[in-house]
Amino acid sequence: MVRGRFVENKLSSFYKAGKIVGGVYLGRGQEAVSASLACALQPGKDVFAPSIRDQAGRDAFGEPMIDCFRTYLGSVLGPMRGRDGNIHRGRPDLGMPAMISHLGAQVAVVAGMLFAKRQKGILADAVGATCIGDGSTSTGAFHEGINLAAMEKLPMVIVVVNNQFAYSTPNTRQFACRDLVEKAAGYGMRGHAVDGTDFLATASVIAHAVAQARQGNGPQFVVAELLRLGGHGEHDDASYIPEAVRGSHLGRDCIQVAEEQLIAQGVFTSDEIQAIYQETNDEILRVTAQVQQEPVPDPYQDDWSALSTPHLQPLPHQA
Amino acid sequence: MSITYIDAIREAQAHLLATDPRVFLYGQDIATFGGAFKATKNLAVEFPGRVYDSPISEDAMIGLAVGAAIEGLRPIIEMQFADFSSIAFNQIVNQAATHYFRTGIPIPMTVRLPSGGTPGSGPFHSQSMEAIYAHYPGLVVLTPATVSDAYHMLIDAVKLDDPVIYCEHKFLYRWLKADQIQPTNSLPIGKARIARPGKHATVVAYSAMVHEAIRAADRLVADGWDIEVVDLRSIKPLDIDTVLSSVARTGRLLAVGEAFPWGGVTAEVISRVSSEGFHLLDAPPMRLNARDTPVPYHPNLWAAHRPTPESICHALRQLLSF
Repeated sequence: MVRGRFVENKLSSFYKAGKIVGGVYLGRGQEAVSASLACALQPGKDVFAPSIRDQAGRDAFGEPMIDCFRTYLGSVLGPMRGRDGNIHRGRPDLGMPAMISHLGAQVAVVAGMLFAKRQKGILADAVGATCIGDGSTSTGAFHEGINLAAMEKLPMVIVVVNNQFAYSTPNTRQFACRDLVEKAAGYGMRGHAVDGTDFLATASVIAHAVAQARQGNGPQFVVAELLRLGGHGEHDDASYIPEAVRGSHLGRDCIQVAEEQLIAQGVFTSDEIQAIYQETNDEILRVTAQVQQEPVPDPYQDDWSALSTPHLQPLPHQA
Repeated sequence: MSITYIDAIREAQAHLLATDPRVFLYGQDIATFGGAFKATKNLAVEFPGRVYDSPISEDAMIGLAVGAAIEGLRPIIEMQFADFSSIAFNQIVNQAATHYFRTGIPIPMTVRLPSGGTPGSGPFHSQSMEAIYAHYPGLVVLTPATVSDAYHMLIDAVKLDDPVIYCEHKFLYRWLKADQIQPTNSLPIGKARIARPGKHATVVAYSAMVHEAIRAADRLVADGWDIEVVDLRSIKPLDIDTVLSSVARTGRLLAVGEAFPWGGVTAEVISRVSSEGFHLLDAPPMRLNARDTPVPYHPNLWAAHRPTPESICHALRQLLSF
């Protein structure tokens, strides 16, 4: 989760320096949830469909840090080769689909990947997981996808990160139920609620939910309550978030909480944590120095084909 | 012994299930019930564990297919009616169609769209969606007009590594029969076919309109006109070479489609011929489509909404008067 935070801090600097074209979407305050989920998964076997605030989870699932910077900076050597940017990246063949912008749409894709593994007879105890936001729960795609996953009894974990605001829209204009976890029962799923600012509680609840899915107890629905510690993107100053909410329990920084918890439990000393921070920053400097020297896409070299079948030529753009 | 267009679609799916373990079928009412039109009759029994009833969730059905295709399977999704694919529009055009371009990983998925009008079907069970999907890069859009094409093009669609929108015409399901399916597929995906050779004018059509155009051409024989009919077979890619070579022979072009008139396949054909074959034309190119209203319910209105042999003859006479 620290690696996610530090990578995102660097992305923010690049954005402010004008080195990133397009938006920058960060997961500050959501790292405990994101990393807890990915740490409970097994790369190479499980499926993880990250959303826009899952740098920490992507990293924990094994996405190379360089994939992130290559995609944001448009390196042709990145997984998206400049054809798509920022958080719309993935390694679908390694169990990490590349999200589209349309919220909730990845739920059914994860269901399909698990369905295919079952159809091929290789599902065993694999699970699939995705993070979505409070805003996504209002979409038709979310409802269709989650209902289908539950009906198919797929080993899926859906983590709703309720960060209180969908862009600028507060929960009060998003849904009418008292708590999003109430939705679980309506889909025939087991619901789990957790304080997403509490690192140890989050890690424990999410690990339990993933284990439940892995043991064949059907899809699991986790709702983590927290506050997005920033805007929707780096272009957004989040001035619509009231001071009272920022200063509330929800506004705690999960990384500070994690530091305190881990030191208190004797897992790490303060010095050891500082060493992790230093090591992470050194890696970020090495990776970004490399990526900034890499080639960007050349429109004359791109084959401009949206189809993999070579003889099905696209239309000419001038006729 | 004859075989209908819908029999051919069922047989193609049976062949695919029997020969390719990666293929599975997912759609509403397609398992025990055999589908609203019986295009999957008995397949759930013949191929246990390969044919699934889906919830009424068109978006999630395509999302599931994309996920399954990422994992190497070849899903065939039946939309109960093409009209309902509007619910799946996002997953089709944004998820499936962009995937190869973005990630380099193709999505071999076939979406069957029972398309077009039949008497009494009304505004929401009659639509022709091919132009909407053809507009988006990353999709192949097929519109078979014959029994043999219905069979072979569905097999070709599933063999293709890219997502295919397979528009099967509901009017042809039981009305169109053939003695047998041609044992071999004469044309690959992306090639048009001369359905009726002629010399005075070219009618470019696809799907059910091929048959209406041939009827119109047969009627004009009495007036001494010899009309050529081109069956596009594939909307995207569009075989403009076959169209241009036909127009080169006839000098006149009428594009006929059952879809709504704004934009669309006929507009694309006219545009391409006008810019690439202007010198071949002896008369202004024409097009004939459905009317610019929702598809009406009553057979009297419906018959006057879509192109018919009468309206095609009328348009051709105008075209030939230049």
